[in-house]
Amino acid sequence: MLRKVSAVVLGGVLVAAALAACGGQERGGGSGTGSGAGKDDGQIVMGFSQVGAESGWRTANTKSIQESAEAAGIKLQFSDAQQKQENQIKAIRSFISQKVDIIAFSPVVESGWDTVLKEAKDAGIPVILTDRAVDSPDKTLYKTFIGSDFVVEGQKAGEWVKQEFASASGPVNMVELQGNTGAAPAIDRKEGFASVIGSDPKFKMLASQPGDFTRVKGKEVMEAFLRANPDIDLLYAHNDDMGLGAIEAIEAAGKKPGTDIKIVTVDAVKDGMQALADGKINFIVECSPLLGPQLMDLAKKVVAGETVPERVLTEETTFTQEQAKSALPDRKY
Amino acid sequence: MAVALARRQMERWRGSREPRGSDGMSNLVRHRLFWPVAMLLLLLVGNLAFTPGFFAIELRDGHLFGALIDILRQGAPLMLVALGMTLVIATGGIDLSVGAVVAISGALACQQISQLGDQGAVGGVLVAVALALLLCAGLGLWNGFLVGVVGIQPIIATLILMIAGRGVAQLITGGQIINVNSPPYKAIATGFLLAVPVPVIIAAALVAVVALVTRRSAFGMLLESVGGNAGASRLAGIRSRQLIIIAYVACAVCAGVAGLMVSSTVSSADGNNAGLLIELDAILAVVIGGTSLLGGRFSIAGTVVGALLIKTLDTTIYTIGIPPEVTLLFKAVVVVVLCLVQAPAFRARFARRRPTAEVSA
Repeated sequence: MLRKVSAVVLGGVLVAAALAACGGQERGGGSGTGSGAGKDDGQIVMGFSQVGAESGWRTANTKSIQESAEAAGIKLQFSDAQQKQENQIKAIRSFISQKVDIIAFSPVVESGWDTVLKEAKDAGIPVILTDRAVDSPDKTLYKTFIGSDFVVEGQKAGEWVKQEFASASGPVNMVELQGNTGAAPAIDRKEGFASVIGSDPKFKMLASQPGDFTRVKGKEVMEAFLRANPDIDLLYAHNDDMGLGAIEAIEAAGKKPGTDIKIVTVDAVKDGMQALADGKINFIVECSPLLGPQLMDLAKKVVAGETVPERVLTEETTFTQEQAKSALPDRKY
Repeated sequence: MAVALARRQMERWRGSREPRGSDGMSNLVRHRLFWPVAMLLLLLVGNLAFTPGFFAIELRDGHLFGALIDILRQGAPLMLVALGMTLVIATGGIDLSVGAVVAISGALACQQISQLGDQGAVGGVLVAVALALLLCAGLGLWNGFLVGVVGIQPIIATLILMIAGRGVAQLITGGQIINVNSPPYKAIATGFLLAVPVPVIIAAALVAVVALVTRRSAFGMLLESVGGNAGASRLAGIRSRQLIIIAYVACAVCAGVAGLMVSSTVSSADGNNAGLLIELDAILAVVIGGTSLLGGRFSIAGTVVGALLIKTLDTTIYTIGIPPEVTLLFKAVVVVVLCLVQAPAFRARFARRRPTAEVSA
């Protein structure tokens, strides 16, 4: 029993760690639901299997999907996998037996989906992946994948930096706070940023270390950066939380975040937006959980038999300090 | 006979008082803290090579600043967790739940403070802090009860709270990061008293208290006797059950204070990430310090050195820019080397070989 519990919790922790990029903190999963589907009234029925409710980001994601399904007149069969792939496979099989019109899900893990996706395909039910990809070599198993592109997020951050320091003559000293080593968002955000910045010799990356997507670690690493490099012009943090921690370190060192050291981060969660509006962060690239409306549009198209692109990016924007002030009041997460 | 043997063992263990060897240098090398301290100094000097002003400590606005101060300040939570862990390990136990307790403590304190009308009120903050520490003591009591009274193996008993505790912390925070804006609370981790950072003072005070209680009273010896052989201790009239419970409560309270520091440093409580894996760093610090995981002997000074060593290692990794991909390997190499030079078997071989090397040189 204990082993089972610990396995569940460990699994949850691992998934949460992988997810920490978009959002913050884990929460014990909610409960799965699923009732019979009626599909004779012409209404589209969508079976959706969510990863869990491990973070504020994920909660906002769930809410967005539920609200936009209602707005689009799509009947949603929502199931919470509580971080477990077996729950998710069970949910998908139950969707198949209910003969829903379309299945959408955020895979808990990348691999091991071929069999159940094949079953869906054989049953003639199209599948849309949201937020996370699967590693199946057979791309016909799903219609499309909608989610953020972390590389693009890194590129957006890099482009802002290039523009911001366009007129700077001397070298621009940069430091970077990465996400967990090996996590996809950390790798991709670093790569995207470097691909834009890398070619310009004016920009010097003095140090780049993981801050594990958390505030405390972000602060600690930034303190060491400040100690080793007295002249830092720019901080690029892979998420808001590390940036928020770094702000504390910069202030403790007697410097003004946002002025003495420019800060650019990714995510745009509420606390980050607040700091942006307060002038302590200079620029935030959004990593949005609110992909519900886009998902519903895609679902309608797929059910209607239209062709859809096999990769759809979540509509995401970027925020300057001015934009943050106006966007902050109705920030949902 | 047995008593004499035991005393001999004791003396060997308290290396500094070792009667053998007239050579001061070899005595120093044989001291059980020689290698950890040497490694610590090596790392510090290594940092100096990469950061010229590494040892510089300046007084800015009446506050001490410098890389060494940073290490002390950042190392304070780990030092406290390791301090409590030392007591538990001395009884032959282990406490895996300290990371979760760190999270719970910060979560409860921040949750309480966030509900205050005036977050800057010192009284309200003190109540919140007291409540958090009280809860931690309760959690320690639970651990101690499971281990000492129910008799569950410590690693299993504390695993329960390690897992459930994160859930409790998330329950308290409602799954979100709780932000507080409270100058008195922030002072716990970022304030200064007489130019010295507050967390350093708190850690030093607690270390001093534990050192005094364990070494100037019989408490330390009783702990060691329980760790050495709980059954025999009980037969000898020692209330091992009580001692075990005290050790776990002390450990949880230490972790609770560390949790306050961790959340205070960023003025927010993160139930998911606060104190994550700190139990492993703490156990490592204790082991580096020469405390046996089998129980029965412990060293507070060793734990302090161990915690500082781990923190210095972290700082070194950041400042000399070791690529993240090899960070863990670097850490592992340092720890393995340290464990090897500390291992009697390895050192014996090393010592035997050295004279021949000198002859040939």
